[in-house]
Amino acid sequence: MFDGDLADLLQKIAAQGTLGLINGAFYAMLSMGLAVIFGMLNVINFTHGAQYMMGAFAAWLMLTWLNIPFWAALVLAPVVVGLFGVVIEKLMLKRIYHLDHLYGFLLTFGLALVIQGLFQFQWGSSGAPYPAPITGGTNLGYMYIPTYRGFVVIAALVICLATWYGIERTRLGAYLRAATENPTLVRAFGINVPRLITLTYGLGVGLAALAGVLAAPIYQVSSLMGANLVLIVFAVVVIGGMGSIMGSIVTGFGLGMIEGMTKVLYPPASNTVIFVVMAIVLLVKPAGLFGQTR
Amino acid sequence: MAETLLKVNDLQAWYGESHILHGVDFEIGRGELVTLLGRNGAGKTTTLKAIMGIVTARTGSVEFDGRETVGQPSNAIARQGIAYCPEERGIFASLNVEENLLLPPQVRQGGMSLDEIYRLFPNLAERRRSQGTKLSGGEQQMLAIGRILRTGANLLLLDEPTEGLAPVIVQRIGEVIRTLKSRGFTILLVEQNFHFAATVADRHYVMENGRMVDTVSAAEARASLDKLQAYLGV
Amino acid sequence: MNPQSRSPLALPLAVALAAVALAAPWVVYPVFLMKTLCYALFACSFNLLLGYAGLMSFGHAMFFGMAAYFYGHVVKEWHWPAELGLLAGVLGAAALGLVTGALAIRRQGIYFAMITLAFAQMVYFICVQVPFTHGEDGLQGIPRKPLLFIPTENDTVLYYWVLAIFLFGYFAIYRFIHSPFGQVLKAIRDNEQRAVSLGYEADRYKLLAFVLSAALAGLAGSTEAMVLHFATLTDVSADTSGEVVLMALIGGLGTISGPVVGAFVVVAMRDYLAFIGQLVLVLQGAIFVLIVLAFRKGVVGEIADLWRKMKAKRA
Repeated sequence: MFDGDLADLLQKIAAQGTLGLINGAFYAMLSMGLAVIFGMLNVINFTHGAQYMMGAFAAWLMLTWLNIPFWAALVLAPVVVGLFGVVIEKLMLKRIYHLDHLYGFLLTFGLALVIQGLFQFQWGSSGAPYPAPITGGTNLGYMYIPTYRGFVVIAALVICLATWYGIERTRLGAYLRAATENPTLVRAFGINVPRLITLTYGLGVGLAALAGVLAAPIYQVSSLMGANLVLIVFAVVVIGGMGSIMGSIVTGFGLGMIEGMTKVLYPPASNTVIFVVMAIVLLVKPAGLFGQTR
Repeated sequence: MAETLLKVNDLQAWYGESHILHGVDFEIGRGELVTLLGRNGAGKTTTLKAIMGIVTARTGSVEFDGRETVGQPSNAIARQGIAYCPEERGIFASLNVEENLLLPPQVRQGGMSLDEIYRLFPNLAERRRSQGTKLSGGEQQMLAIGRILRTGANLLLLDEPTEGLAPVIVQRIGEVIRTLKSRGFTILLVEQNFHFAATVADRHYVMENGRMVDTVSAAEARASLDKLQAYLGV
Repeated sequence: MNPQSRSPLALPLAVALAAVALAAPWVVYPVFLMKTLCYALFACSFNLLLGYAGLMSFGHAMFFGMAAYFYGHVVKEWHWPAELGLLAGVLGAAALGLVTGALAIRRQGIYFAMITLAFAQMVYFICVQVPFTHGEDGLQGIPRKPLLFIPTENDTVLYYWVLAIFLFGYFAIYRFIHSPFGQVLKAIRDNEQRAVSLGYEADRYKLLAFVLSAALAGLAGSTEAMVLHFATLTDVSADTSGEVVLMALIGGLGTISGPVVGAFVVVAMRDYLAFIGQLVLVLQGAIFVLIVLAFRKGVVGEIADLWRKMKAKRA
């Protein structure tokens, strides 16, 4: 009887931990995007949550207005929102790079308010459902998982690793890494650094939108979906440090798992456990688990 | 003197609020190696930076290969065929040696291939996968020079390449620079180490307080060390 | 983000303002004025931290809101007098400030802002769940009690009390800035390494400023609960944290009178533009963007600049 309880508990923990990977997938994708943008632009993109929301909305609108299916939206929505990001960077962000970093934070915060407010005004704050492109469930042995959600975890992992590869192993990634360190010198070698910066922001935003499309069938499409998420992602970013891409990925998935397991072990804390972890990390390793002090 | 490759006229430059260059004039001929000498703070590094377009503001004229470049951004200037090797070397820590070497894009035909650069600097070949900043000072300097040889740039701006290096390495760098000169590169060299400069240069310019105050040919320099030493405050 | 210096206009301006402040409740709805004063004090506390310690707290609502809850709880449930209620709010906020500040100060700049934001969110989530706050309903029906034996049922009477509280807070900030502590803080803000090399423990001073700022925000929050008779989740929400930043921005970051102007604008916008509903957020966001791009010095800052330019022309 005792064994049964223990096995039961372990199964629950494993199941919730696995489900936690779903949340973690989004934490990883978004914190990675934030880290890449911060590395190049030295701006904390508060608008990231709103851009994630825009991705989800783009997919939903494409479906309801233009009958464009999920798989096409997965490609189109990030492009559209990414272009929007390029416009923001060229019109506004470019003007404040020479200022204190906090102004970037304030500007992107203001933009987030505007974007969210407009969507909220037009479509309210309750969620609209989005049909999952893959139906049915998969038996993992210790639990059933809706197949689409399993797909999301794997897709997120692939996206994260592809981004990591792109930054750490390609020529363009080398330009990015070098420009993050010494933009003046990289420009003096003939590389159009301002254009590289714009591209980086656009890609980071596109990544957020991509996450939004993936999220639509799981969390429903609502104007506030980004606002709630972005605050948690900030905590993830503080925990992981913004020094490394791999760090963001590991921290994001890891915290998702921890959050899931907390649901079993001590449910009232599941909302706040990530913040508690943040507090602990600040005590023990303020630069973040993978961070270099900036 | 051979045909002019770089012609600088009344170049003024500001770094932040400070007005550093007060009207610099000089010329470099194709294939020449010219040094900028002067005390600390004379404006030598700023001159290189001004040519490269990485100062806060500049006025005047900088003609490269017949084209005015003073209004262009630094990436456009680099693409005309000028390459810059900064005093701090600027090796990227997040890149390994080979990535550092491959970073500056090819701006013209005629750059050295990666293999040729490795032949010129064998230690770099050995350490090609090492993180850039894990190299010794001398190796980093060679990496900084090697980096710009691939681009095809024909005017090289070298800022104090021998600073802080052991005599043996200084000698090696001297050989490299002479080799580069023999291959037709035009070089503008900033140096504190006058003795080193004298072994490689065709001409010397002397700077003081953001202006050119004297020109000395290699022959004159050999004849009268004292004059130059006085300028350098040695 | 440098604080403004005294100008020769200061005294006559102060007198004029005093006259306006004293006469105001006869002209404008007193509850609106009181709300503005509470938020003005709140914004001043935020500005103290930013302008003098160089720390931007994006979670300041946690002090404001928790103090409101503390006040409400002790006055309504425990039947404490209003004066002790205010004290409870201040001390509670200060304690929270001590705990969160000690952790947040470990990072600088943007990280500090993100950490305060995260902690505030944590406090918010806890408030949603904990029975003491009554969750979504909020703590309602806080009775109005006399202050120093003077009955406060009359809104106008209460207004003068709130004005007094605001002035107390304002002058507390003023005295702090001009005290030796304040000078050291300024030195740390301008060049931390230098101050540390001179032997000052920068972190201690920053923490002190943080706790003081939290306490004053707590004073503002308790006063608000006293005036409005309720404390709700909105008071601890990220929206409120964002609003106080907006107030400081509009007024002029680092100016001592800026936050008052900013509070006035934001509260007026909120109240008188309530009919446009959600679009208020859009408006707030647009103002954020506009100020950062074009009017970084804020109302007070730009006016002071203009004044200086005009004086220079005459000279």
